Amino acid sequence: MNEKTMTEEQYFSEVIAEENICVNENLVFEKPETLLDTPMHYCPGCGHGVAHRLIAEVIDELGIQDKTIGVAPVGCSVFMYNYMNIDMTEAPHGRASAAATGIKRVLPDKYVFSYQGDGDLAAIGTGETIHTCNRGENILIVFINNGIYGMTGGQMAPTTLVGMKSTTTPFGRDIAIMGNPLKITDLIAQLPGVYYATRCAVNTPVNVRKAKKAILNGFKYQELKKGLSFVEIVSNCPSNWKMTPVESNKWMEENMLAYYPLGDLKVPAKEN
Amino acid sequence: MKELKLMKGNEALAEAAILAGCDAYFGYPITPQSEVLEYLAQDALERTGMVVLQAESEVAAINMIYGAAGTGKKVMTSSSSPGISLMQEGISYIACAELPCLLVNVVRGGPGLGTIQPSQGDYFQAVKGGGHGDYKLIVLAPSTVQEMVDHVKLGFDLAFKWRNPVMILTDGALGQMMEKVELPVQLSRTTEEPDWATVGKPKTRERNFITSLHIEADKMQEINLHLQKKYREIENQEIRFDKFECDDAEIILVAFGLVARICQKAAQLARQKGIKVGVFRPITLFPYPSNELNKLADKVKGMLTVEMNAGQMVEDVRLSVNGKIPVEFLGRMGGVVPTPEEILHKLEEKFVGEMV
Ligand SMILES: Cc1ncc(C[n+]2csc(CCOP(=O)(O)OP(=O)(O)O)c2C)c(N)n1
Ligand code: SF4
Ligand SMILES: [Mg+2]
Repeated sequence: MNEKTMTEEQYFSEVIAEENICVNENLVFEKPETLLDTPMHYCPGCGHGVAHRLIAEVIDELGIQDKTIGVAPVGCSVFMYNYMNIDMTEAPHGRASAAATGIKRVLPDKYVFSYQGDGDLAAIGTGETIHTCNRGENILIVFINNGIYGMTGGQMAPTTLVGMKSTTTPFGRDIAIMGNPLKITDLIAQLPGVYYATRCAVNTPVNVRKAKKAILNGFKYQELKKGLSFVEIVSNCPSNWKMTPVESNKWMEENMLAYYPLGDLKVPAKEN
Repeated sequence: MKELKLMKGNEALAEAAILAGCDAYFGYPITPQSEVLEYLAQDALERTGMVVLQAESEVAAINMIYGAAGTGKKVMTSSSSPGISLMQEGISYIACAELPCLLVNVVRGGPGLGTIQPSQGDYFQAVKGGGHGDYKLIVLAPSTVQEMVDHVKLGFDLAFKWRNPVMILTDGALGQMMEKVELPVQLSRTTEEPDWATVGKPKTRERNFITSLHIEADKMQEINLHLQKKYREIENQEIRFDKFECDDAEIILVAFGLVARICQKAAQLARQKGIKVGVFRPITLFPYPSNELNKLADKVKGMLTVEMNAGQMVEDVRLSVNGKIPVEFLGRMGGVVPTPEEILHKLEEKFVGEMV
């Protein structure tokens, strides 16, 4: 058979497999053990899936799958427990950090993280967010800021940019009516209980690597009982932004990152 | 010999929590129950290692309970009426996810901010749901400070036996009054990990997850059917009640909690006048002792339900009795406690005329 007319499957079974290159030494990419095989329900191009994978990779690398408990509240990532091969709790909308507090307080030697959207963490759950951070709970909060309520179909979030359209701001967010988009990470970075606060993105390979490093830091600081680590991931929502995945990434870079610049907001003081 | 002490209801309950080996308490101050948190803050940590945390709100407290209960530990919270209202979403999640925990409502008069005086105005909220969806709490109604103590261990036992939230429904008067109590022995804190708990997944088992989300209608119905089956089983096995001089009674006073004690006094006054009155006191408000009341209705002329509300449990008394005999009601609201004399008066007004 002509290699050019082969389907991908045929090419794999007849050429690649024959050449015997599918061996461990050649492995460059595999599914983290902490990620299950369940197909994710996220829309094409959505940042949620990448963020999940990064958490799974970090858990694998630290070898803490058996000691980690995650909390994901209502939002597009409500089914996170279907994708992560760890013990997890699905929390009420806004309350993930309170539930995580409850878990961590009774299991102080386990690793606990919450994974929350912007509506969840910075609107309905603002009180829990501030106080969990202020108490310096020894957990990691991963905050997915996509500037919109993804799950409920594109309503305005506290993080929605000025002028940005949503189903509840059909003419664009108007400061006079809705106030300014909330930079919650800047706020919580002021709190002494917060040990580490950083803002990342998962739109480019370089940013993906940086985000992974931030998540790794968060778990490591938890190991050292340093207090709260807060990793914001500026993300996209192609479906509700009504853009293609590529357009949404471009729009995110030009608009979201202009208002929510990437970088550390609080790093541990150098210890000697 | 067991220890005898003079203690305030709320403090006795807090002490009982420490002695029961409770692993964690999360709560928020509100009168008339703040003594629970204050008492625990003293030395619970030192004595047993129990976690005691003042949350930023009742909403946060109930979600800390939700997270911690998921690890299979013995966890509890307490509050009073407005605070319990704030907790309802979380309670509904906990009931659906079938997590054991102990909730205490030291009821005050409502609606609204109401009064810090005692009330039984949260009967409906505790017994009929309170939060959204079809779920049931197991509800215990102590009538003495001693029962405030006893119901803590009983509450934890029932919560774990049925994987269901249990509520102790008491009131501001019981919370504040001092009585002699016998304290139980110190039990150890939780050491076992139930197989459903989220404690970190070892290689040897599948992951555990705690959720109340079941998108498909069929699946959600299945969950509901399972819960309903459990609630029927609880009704078969866990009914508790107390009877006072019911054997030869012609009229029965029905009351729960503190009011049942006032009713006993009223019954004694009635008997001095030659009116044979007994008192029936449900201890579990869910499951409700309906069959017992129904059987009693065959033997008596009528019942008078007395409550510190506008008439809540009386609906269950009437359902239980199912029209066999008249069921009258006397209610006091807003923190007013009914007196034995007015109960006697109502009883005479409603029943004695007919009897002679
Ligand atoms: C008490 C309560 N209020 C409202 C909702 C509806 N609701 C579910 S998710 C959500 C917003 C989710 O947005 P976000 O947290 O930004 O997550 P995303 O879906 O964008 O990842 C809302 C309003 C709910 N589930 N519970
Ligand atoms: S709706 Fe938006 S946030 Fe949700 S999965 Fe789709 S793209 Fe992602
Ligand atoms: Mg969002």
